[in-house]
Amino acid sequence: MTDRIKKLRDQSLTAIPTMSHERALLLTQFYKSSEAQKYSVPVTRALAFKYILENKELCINDGELFVGEKGPEPKATPTYPELCIHSKEDLEILHNREKVWFKSSEETREIILNEVAPFWKGKSIREKILSEVDQEWIDAYKAGVFTEFMEQRAPGHTVADDKIYKKGMLDFIQDIRSSVSKLDFYNDPEAFNKREELKAMEICANALISFAKRYSKKLYQLAETEKDSIRKLELETMAGICERVPANAPRTFWEALQYYWFVHIGVTTELNTWDSFNPGRLDQHLYPFYKRDIESGLLTEDFARELLQSFWIKFNNQPAPPKVGVTAQESNTYTDFCLINVGGVNELGEDATNEMTYILLDTIEEMRLLQPSSMVQVSKKNPDRILKRALKIIRTGFGQPSIFNTDAIIQELTRQGKSIIDARLGGASGCVEAGAFGKESYILTGYFNIPKILELTLNNGFDPRTNKQIGIKTGELNSFKDYDEFYKAFEKQLNHFIDIKIKGNLIIERIYAEYMPAPFMSILIDDCIAKGKDYNNGGARYNSSYIQGVGIGTITDSLASIKFNVFDKKYLTLEELKKILDNNFNDNDFIRKMFLYESPKYGNDDDYADNITRQVFESYFKAIDGRPNTKGGHFRVNLLPTTCHVYFGNVLGATPDGRLAKEPVSEGISPVQGADVNGPTAVIKSASKIDHLRTGGTLLNQKFTPNFLSTEEGIEKVLYLIRTYFRMDGHHIQFNVVNAETLRDAQKHPEKYRDLIVRVAGYSDYFVDLGEDLQNEIIRRTEHMNL
Amino acid sequence: MNNNYAFIFDIKKYSVNDGPGIRTTIFFKGCPLNCFWCHNPESQNYNPEEIQDCSFRWRPANNYSNSNTIGYKISLNELLREIEKDNLFYEESRGGVTFSGGEPMLQIDFLQNILCESKNRNINTAIDTTGYAKYSDFEKIIKYTDIFLYDLKLMNDDLHKYYCGVSNKIIHENLIKLSNDTKKIILRIPIIPSITDTEENINLMINFISKLNNILEIDLLPFHNTAKSKYEKMKKENKVANLVPPNAEHMQLIKNKFSVLNIPIKIGG
Repeated sequence: MTDRIKKLRDQSLTAIPTMSHERALLLTQFYKSSEAQKYSVPVTRALAFKYILENKELCINDGELFVGEKGPEPKATPTYPELCIHSKEDLEILHNREKVWFKSSEETREIILNEVAPFWKGKSIREKILSEVDQEWIDAYKAGVFTEFMEQRAPGHTVADDKIYKKGMLDFIQDIRSSVSKLDFYNDPEAFNKREELKAMEICANALISFAKRYSKKLYQLAETEKDSIRKLELETMAGICERVPANAPRTFWEALQYYWFVHIGVTTELNTWDSFNPGRLDQHLYPFYKRDIESGLLTEDFARELLQSFWIKFNNQPAPPKVGVTAQESNTYTDFCLINVGGVNELGEDATNEMTYILLDTIEEMRLLQPSSMVQVSKKNPDRILKRALKIIRTGFGQPSIFNTDAIIQELTRQGKSIIDARLGGASGCVEAGAFGKESYILTGYFNIPKILELTLNNGFDPRTNKQIGIKTGELNSFKDYDEFYKAFEKQLNHFIDIKIKGNLIIERIYAEYMPAPFMSILIDDCIAKGKDYNNGGARYNSSYIQGVGIGTITDSLASIKFNVFDKKYLTLEELKKILDNNFNDNDFIRKMFLYESPKYGNDDDYADNITRQVFESYFKAIDGRPNTKGGHFRVNLLPTTCHVYFGNVLGATPDGRLAKEPVSEGISPVQGADVNGPTAVIKSASKIDHLRTGGTLLNQKFTPNFLSTEEGIEKVLYLIRTYFRMDGHHIQFNVVNAETLRDAQKHPEKYRDLIVRVAGYSDYFVDLGEDLQNEIIRRTEHMNL
Repeated sequence: MNNNYAFIFDIKKYSVNDGPGIRTTIFFKGCPLNCFWCHNPESQNYNPEEIQDCSFRWRPANNYSNSNTIGYKISLNELLREIEKDNLFYEESRGGVTFSGGEPMLQIDFLQNILCESKNRNINTAIDTTGYAKYSDFEKIIKYTDIFLYDLKLMNDDLHKYYCGVSNKIIHENLIKLSNDTKKIILRIPIIPSITDTEENINLMINFISKLNNILEIDLLPFHNTAKSKYEKMKKENKVANLVPPNAEHMQLIKNKFSVLNIPIKIGG
């Protein structure tokens, strides 16, 4: 790492996340002006975008090689009052809370509360949504049956493809004009709407060009007064780059990266899209530039690395937008879910790894930053080298990169109707979501609390926490003769709440389509220009809406416990079970232990439990997959939690798997913490019984201590584990290499860490099974290894 | 002995230190030896035994018991089903199944059957043995066994009798015969401070091994204290409770000594 990078990295790590009023104020000024009253919705949105980029403060950090920040300085984070408005209380909590805070100055608070908020009150999307959805939606939402992504962030969930490396904004403007010229006003009733949308896109393309030119001018000015001759040359080069891109297609490695960064700032200034936009298959996009520049002598490998490191820091400077309606305790993250993809296959389906793949992996390891996040795509056609390299980064214990099965992703996407080429050029974004990069809008609409459905079934549709009948009456507990009858009631309740969620989604989709187009982002996603349609209105080639299932481990173990203890063994009746759960196992420790330790559990390659996983997956899939959305696409399922499994656990009483009230539910498709006691191959076998190819992504977490991966042989054996999972069509796996702190917690709470495997001497064992002195020794060793 | 059932006490998946690749290790119950440093004291007795505070471990065939009994009977078919569950992992990693213990040779009829059935299913097989068995028993399984993990502990017979409870004569004789009849032996040498790592023992071992054929690899297994809590739970006397595990440098020194044999040497399994 050069001194410059060290300095910039330190700056990024120590910069204080703040609320910035800049964007909100500029937006409000524009919308108060007469300009905002004259035009169609898309054109007005485009003019607002232009106004913000024309007036926003420029930021050039000392020594940096790329320019552009979302706010006026690193980690100054804008707000989006057209979507949701921060209240006084929100600002105070965000300012004061212990974790994931955003400081705000007196001035910022004053502007947000007195100038911005009053103007947007009654107009924000969040208010529109909450007034348009049904009471039953509100009830289910409040009970914690599902969450809603779009109440404070715009639909995003899309990733750039290679088009910006081939075309400048001026080229896109040509495309836009050609699309306008083809409009058929005689026969196409939508022709006017399309023209307005295309007009808006052109305004946005020009706005980004002018924004870069402002930077160019400022960089030339800085260069004039710069004393250091090397920096002076750099500033002049950067000024030249900003003059050239994004107006034109990039010619060099440096131009390509700066171009992407302007696009990134553009997308995230236009709206706070979920997840933040990202460059996707970066090794594929950059390699041609790298190769050409190295061969021509324009670039050295060292400087290419320095550029990439500087580029990485830019991502880390942009925390995720601060939420509204927050609580002090709420878990949150600064991560905005940019997921850089490396590896995978090319459009011909061949191994796509190249020199840049490994340079990027080096960058990930060396930078060790929260953002951007990173992943490797592994196809059966990729060499083991990429996996080994990834595992060597993973063992350093910062959770990156995660590992994805390219062959599964391609099959998932083609099953949904994408062309094989579009699928091969895709990947995963956000946490684990499969998408056709640059061609698909694959929005996540909200998490769905599957274990909550069981609680509602046990209570005949009544929610004990909000004290309200929110579901349908599926039957008194004494009416169920066998497990199948009980399961049917669960399935009925599930379908009921999926219907509520989907109805809400269809309404919310239209609200965004009508009021909140994203003409800038639409330039970047095929076929918005060709169709003359906005990204939020079905402009993309593919339009998928996801509902993310959460708690597959908890629901499996809970239903398995009911099947086993109530119906098979008849140890207790459903009514008795319900009473015990209502009492949160108080005075029933014996029963709880029976549920915890003597009932079948998902994650052990045991078909008694895993058949229930299959059953629940089928019900969930049938309830959702293939239903139409309003954008010409379909609803799909995936299984991932982010941190929602904590919230979903918090709104849920005790469950029949022995889980106490308010404890988190299981995350992703991982087993309930501590329920898997047969090692990683059994977990992988259980997880592979879910039909990954009919999802758009699943998330599997595995824990290891660093010494498991300390030798070449250890790495190889984990590699085989991954290869086998992928051979069984597993979608994704990530390794949580645990640190000493976790091990100490495991000593205190062994029941939560029954799955934790540690390498001991020449062998490995369950950590909780070891004697205390040996545990201490391993903790010491782990601490040592982390140094 | 019924050749359709075996007494075992554990099935360990993702076993990565008992032979090549990813393996499933089956721990048979019962052992003719009684080594001071035994790290599986629960393996020694052939019969199931009660212990306190047994860790909860699932068993195959939907037996969700957390009883405090160590050791259970399992049928050939049940065990095969468990072994086959990880077939794809074996294939990817060139791993397989390892029969360990205890001493798997004690249940030779069952062992022969399960080895044969595993081979029929294209699964790589290994056995981890003390070598204390009739050679005619080894002859029964040679053709079904891909790798022998063969323990070598003490060369001096008096010391062997003292520390392991039996004479080493038959063990060494079997090893010589086996090394002529098979090409697939990995020697496993526990490095127990001041017991097996003496100058004399190591020199005798080197001398002995140099005369053997077909030794694929030597694994030096450093002593560790992991069994301490097991001894406590089982209320068995732990005769090496105060022994300190050898450090990395010490292991390296021993490895250097063995390197004269020109056989690949690994520290740890």
